[in-house]
This record gives sequence, C-alpha cells and structure tokens, in this order.
Amino acid sequence: MEILIYGITNSIILSLMSLGFALVYSISRVPNFAHGALYITSGYIVWLLINKAGLPYLPSVLLGLAAASLIGALMYRFIIMRIRGMEISEIIGTYAIGLAMIEGLRWGGLRGMTYTLPAFVSGSTEIGGVSIDYQRIIIIITGILIFILLFLFTRYNRIGLALRGIAQDERAAMMLGIDSDMTAIISLAIGSGLAGLAAVLLLPLGNIVVEQGYNVLIFAVAVCVIGGLGSWGGTIVASFIIGFAQILTEKYISSHFVMVVALLAIVVTLLIKPSGIFGKQKQLEERV
Amino acid sequence: MEMKRKERIDRGLKVRTEGIYAISSFKEIAYLIGPRLLLIGGVMLLPLIFEVAPYWKRVVNYMCVYAILAIAFDFLANYVGLVCLGGALFVGVGGYLTAIFNTYLSLPFYLSIPFATVSGACICTVIILPCLPLRGVYFAIVTLMYPILFSRIIEAFNIFGGTNGISGIDSFPNQYLEQYLIIIVMLVVLFGMRRFVNEDVGLVLRGIKDNDQSVRASGINVTHMKCMAVFIASLMGCFAGAYISHLYMFAGLSLFALDFSIIPIAAVVMGGGGTLVGAVIGCFILVPLSEVLRDFGSFRIVIYSVTLTGFIVFKSEGIMVYLQRKYHQFERWAKI
Repeated sequence: MEILIYGITNSIILSLMSLGFALVYSISRVPNFAHGALYITSGYIVWLLINKAGLPYLPSVLLGLAAASLIGALMYRFIIMRIRGMEISEIIGTYAIGLAMIEGLRWGGLRGMTYTLPAFVSGSTEIGGVSIDYQRIIIIITGILIFILLFLFTRYNRIGLALRGIAQDERAAMMLGIDSDMTAIISLAIGSGLAGLAAVLLLPLGNIVVEQGYNVLIFAVAVCVIGGLGSWGGTIVASFIIGFAQILTEKYISSHFVMVVALLAIVVTLLIKPSGIFGKQKQLEERV
Repeated sequence: MEMKRKERIDRGLKVRTEGIYAISSFKEIAYLIGPRLLLIGGVMLLPLIFEVAPYWKRVVNYMCVYAILAIAFDFLANYVGLVCLGGALFVGVGGYLTAIFNTYLSLPFYLSIPFATVSGACICTVIILPCLPLRGVYFAIVTLMYPILFSRIIEAFNIFGGTNGISGIDSFPNQYLEQYLIIIVMLVVLFGMRRFVNEDVGLVLRGIKDNDQSVRASGINVTHMKCMAVFIASLMGCFAGAYISHLYMFAGLSLFALDFSIIPIAAVVMGGGGTLVGAVIGCFILVPLSEVLRDFGSFRIVIYSVTLTGFIVFKSEGIMVYLQRKYHQFERWAKI
C-alpha cells in the first residue's frame, strides 16, 4: 500500500516535470534543455512575488506562470528561431541558456535553505494507513486534470489542432495556413508554463535550490527518452515505470540510487530501443 | 541607384602557395609557416613570459588542458558527427585511473599517466561503443548523462574514496616539466590531428558524418571507424584527466564536473568548429577570462553560456574561420 501510494505520487510528479519537455519536443522538435532552468526560475519568480512584492498566493502563482510562458516564448522568438533545424546548435544553445539562467540565479543569491514556497493547503491525512499530506493529493489531482485538459485542448480547440497538425506533418500543416513559427512559440509558451506549474506544485515539498534545475532536466529527459521522444502516452507510461522503480529502489536498496536508476534507465533504453517504448522514429505518427 | 556587392577574392600569395611555388621565395614560405610558427612560438614562450606572474603559469596549464579537450570535442563533432556533450567522462576516467595507478599501485607518474591514458581510452570506448549507432540528439543525451551517472555511482557505492576522492597523488618533480609536458602534448595533438583528418582515414570519417549509408555501401565498417575515432578522442581526454589529477595531486568527483564538458564546447563554438586551431584559440580566450572572473563565482558560467549562445546565434562561423578568411582573401565592392 505504501509503495502503491508513494509510487503513484512519485510518478505523477515525474510526469508533471517532463510534460513540458515532451510537449515542446513533440510539437516543435526543439529539445528544450532549458526546461529545468525554466522550472526553477518560475519557482523563484513566484517566491519573489509572494515574499518581496507581498502579493497573495493565487495571483502570484498566476503571474509566475505567465512570466514563465513569456520567457519561453521570448526565448523561442529571439534565440531558438534563428538556429531552428540545426539539431546540435539547438541542444547547445538551449542548454547554454538554461545554464545561464540556473547559474545566474545561484550567483544572484539563490542558495541555502531559506527559500520555500508555501503549500497550497497544509496538513496531512491517512489513506489506507499511510500518511500523505494534502499537497501531494493536490499534485495527483492537478496532474490528472492537466492530462485531461491537454487531451481536450489538442483535440477540440483550433490552436490545439494546429499544434497537432504541425507535430504530424509540418509541410502539410503549413500548406493549410498554419504558421510553423507561431505554433512553435505557442508550444514553448505552454511548455514553459507547464514547467512553471510543476514548480509551483512540487517546490513546496522541499526548498528552492538551484540543483533542482539540473535534476528536473535529467528526470524530464529520462522520462521522455524512455517513453519515446515526442510520444505523449509514452511519457506518462514511462513516468510510472521510473516512478515505481525509484520508490522500490529507495525502499529496498538505498536512497542514494534514486538518481542512478533514472540515468541507467536512459542509457539502457537508448541502447536497447533508441526510439523508446512508444516512439516510432522516422514514421508518420501521432505525436501529440 | 547603382547596385554594388561585396566580393571576395583569394590573395595571389595564397594561390601561389598552394602549388610548388610555395618554396619559390621567403615571402611565400613565411606566408605559409608564419601563423603556425606564431602559435608554436607563442605557446612555448608562455611559461617564460609568466615567470613574472607565477599564478598565471598555472592558468597556462589549464589553458592547454582545456585546449586538448576542445580539440577532442571538435574532432568528434565536426569530423565524425558525434556530438559528445560529456567531455568530463574522459577526464574523470583518466583522472581516477591515474590516481589508482599512482596511489594504490604506487607507479611513478611517467608510468601512471601513459597507462591511465591508454587504459582509460579503452574503457571510455567500451562504454561509448553501445551508443555509437545513435545519432544527433540521442547520442548527445547519453554522453551528457554518462559523467553524471559515473559520479552518482561513485557516490552511491562509496568506492574510490567516495565523495572525499583520492588524495596523495604524486606531483610533477619540477615546474618546467609540468608545463612543457602539457604544452608539447597539446601542440603534438593539434598538429597531429590536423594531419590525421586530412589523411584518407579523415576523409572516411567525414564521409560518415555526411552520409554513413554511402560509407557502408563502400564496404567500410562504420562502427569500426567510429570506434577508432572515439578511441582517439578519449586518448586525448584521458590524458588531460590524468594530467589534471597529477597537477591537483587529487582525484575526486570534481573531475566529472560540468566545467570539463561545457568550456571545451564553448571554446569550439567560439573559435570556429571544424578548424581544430579554433578550439585552441577559443580556450586561450575563455580560460584566462574565467580566471579573471574567478571572484564572481558561478557568474563565470553565466558569462560562458551567454557568449556561447551569442556565438551560436549570431556568429556561428567562429573566430578562426573569420581570421582565415581575412588572411587568405580580400574583399572589394563590385558592380552588379
């Protein structure tokens, strides 16, 4: 029971972390290596808004998400757009932007344990004899809600359909009058917003530390690679696989190995089946 | 309005020195070997110049170490098409191996460094071997993960001193040996690689980068060639790691640090990918810059990253390509 509950929470946390990355990659084919940096930056922005600007919780969260989306969109418009299509430049470029943001925050004084975000609702309850705090329950509920919302958005909304069109066949979509760059901007905005949302939900569980930025990136990449880069269902399945694997390692081996599991999972997946569980490389498939 | 455009024309001197006329006069000879001598002489003189500022002599060592790593990255990325984001893997493996040879087996440094270089290169090649069929993003991701994976494994299993690392490694007997060892190795690697990529093997490697299917169709084993390229690059990286271990007299998790991956990449992008010399020049700009900025702590990495992004987005050809163009060609306005 304990394993089940913690496993589910951990899996939802992982999928929240990686959803933004998966979304951006599946739509615009940009591996957004600045994802972890966006995560930590939006957490920090929300912290600033609450503690320095003195705004109440909800408006500052919304503003923080908007800021994250804006950063993502600007990043695409002014930097990634120029190097679009050159894979290596994209990787190095986004990675460098992410590094600059994370290390800039570290330099700007984001160190130590002083920075924490408040939980949405504090307190805890018991399910089946396992104590679980409300924040984790909220994470699970929001996680599931986001999946459903994104599913509906990409099926029953003009913009969502355009995003899916571009993801499936860029050329055909462009012929139908869908602007490739515009959809990429939207995808980056949504992806960054999702990173921000994950930050707001997950950061109350611990402190805001810059190292989280790297860890989130690693987890996001791990989940997306295992699920198949660009595949959506794969992302969710993979986050459940890694989530439970991690909880099991933590319980039966040692908590030191949690990160090793994720990293080994990436390496092993890439070696055995590079396209991931659900990815089909070089084939026309539905990616969103 | 009269329209004009800029056209570039090779200098007469350049055209002459391409053929047998290169040895026709001292001017042509100087044109050819001038830049090379400038680099060699300049680098060889650096330790003597910095007699006045001993602190900076150490920076010269770092410059050369990073230059070797950058050449390895440049070679793999621009001649073989394998973008290896984890240069720290080579450094870490080489560094730990030399530490093990030197402290546990008490080999002297002139044995432990070569042994660590060769055995480290073998280990790295074996580790990277399974991901050689991967391309582009996938290869980059795996290699990015390897150094992190290794440092986590060392941390988790608490082997090789765990988080404390291995200390008590021999240092070099004297400073000049320490400096000229790395400088000469750097120069040998640089000119050796320049020669190597222009041999037939280099041509095949570039063929793999551009179109590996056609190379395979020519009856050449692609994996074998890639393996060899990775082995060569990891030889360089492992030597750099082994050298650093002896320089610090310490081998720890810091050998797997991000610095060893990101600075060489930044240097290559800045200096101009595919020129090999550009990698060295990039290092000679970035590493002293980072020393100057040492007081700012992690702000250094911000500066690197911003420079890197700037060069990738706005000046992707790099410094060296630009300089070469200016050296070999002149520009003029021509009527259309």
